[in-house]
Amino acid sequence: MADKTFRSMRTPLARVRGLGSAKEGVHHWWAQRLTALALVPLTLWFVVSVAGLAGMDHAAAVAWIGSPAVSVLLVLLVTATFWHAQLGVQVVIEDYVHSEAVKLVALIAVKFAAVLLAIASIFAVLRLAFGG
Amino acid sequence: MSAERRPLSPHLQIYKPQLTSVLSISHRVTGVGLAAGTLLLTWWLLAAASGPEAFATAQGFLGSWFGYLILFGFSYALMYHLCNGVRHLFWDAGRGFELPTVYKSGWAVVIGSAALTVIAWAIALASA
Ligand code: HEM
Repeated sequence: MADKTFRSMRTPLARVRGLGSAKEGVHHWWAQRLTALALVPLTLWFVVSVAGLAGMDHAAAVAWIGSPAVSVLLVLLVTATFWHAQLGVQVVIEDYVHSEAVKLVALIAVKFAAVLLAIASIFAVLRLAFGG
Repeated sequence: MSAERRPLSPHLQIYKPQLTSVLSISHRVTGVGLAAGTLLLTWWLLAAASGPEAFATAQGFLGSWFGYLILFGFSYALMYHLCNGVRHLFWDAGRGFELPTVYKSGWAVVIGSAALTVIAWAIALASA
């Protein structure tokens, strides 16, 4: 920040408009790391479990997904995964998409998709957990 | 620094790939690939909740050669991203920045992710 000369005629307000509040970035950074930390044990547990159940039939899947400990862990896994993935893809879009309009549409689409997929997955788990 | 005198980023076409740069871009590529792959997880859970027929369709696809191919790619990408993600978390905590350590942890990621993938598939193939 050594160079404080303004190169444009735009007002300070116009220059920051649309960039969000100053602390949003820190929150994004923390959420990305916390979800990553949570995903280490959750992912290892999930991969080992489904590997051990490879080729399971419907009855076995329903019994596994619907058991109390597993359904709670699955809801945690799904929440952390879609949260983390949305935050990550957002950064990638912000890095590569330079048109403001395309960027906004892409960011909204990714957020909507992440919420939709997360809720659909959680709904499926809870339905089996409550014996739907 | 004036905008005109800022250093240019490396020119990828003439820049020799190094372990560090390859692992770095792989983290991003696997992250985006995994994000797309979450569709499979949601499909599989919804199929199980929908009933035996829908679940048989999902399992039939995942058990085909094409399904195996996707699952193998997904599992390897996941194990890679997980190992390198742990490496990132150490960096975020301010550790492991010495150049020899960066290379050591890099090779640990290469070997660790391959080993975890082999272990997962050994379990899966023994259970299937
Ligand atoms: C399994 C444990 C996981 C760990 C430990 C982990 C760790 C991390 C970390 C630390 C970052 C930030 C990297 C940086 O500073 O540039 C990151 C980025 C990312 N992760 Fe993960 N992650 C995990 C799982 C996942 C999963 C399951 C997905 C997708 C469903 C995913 C998608 C992404 C994406 C898209 C990025 C952004 C990549 C980038 O900015 O270059 N991650 N991950």
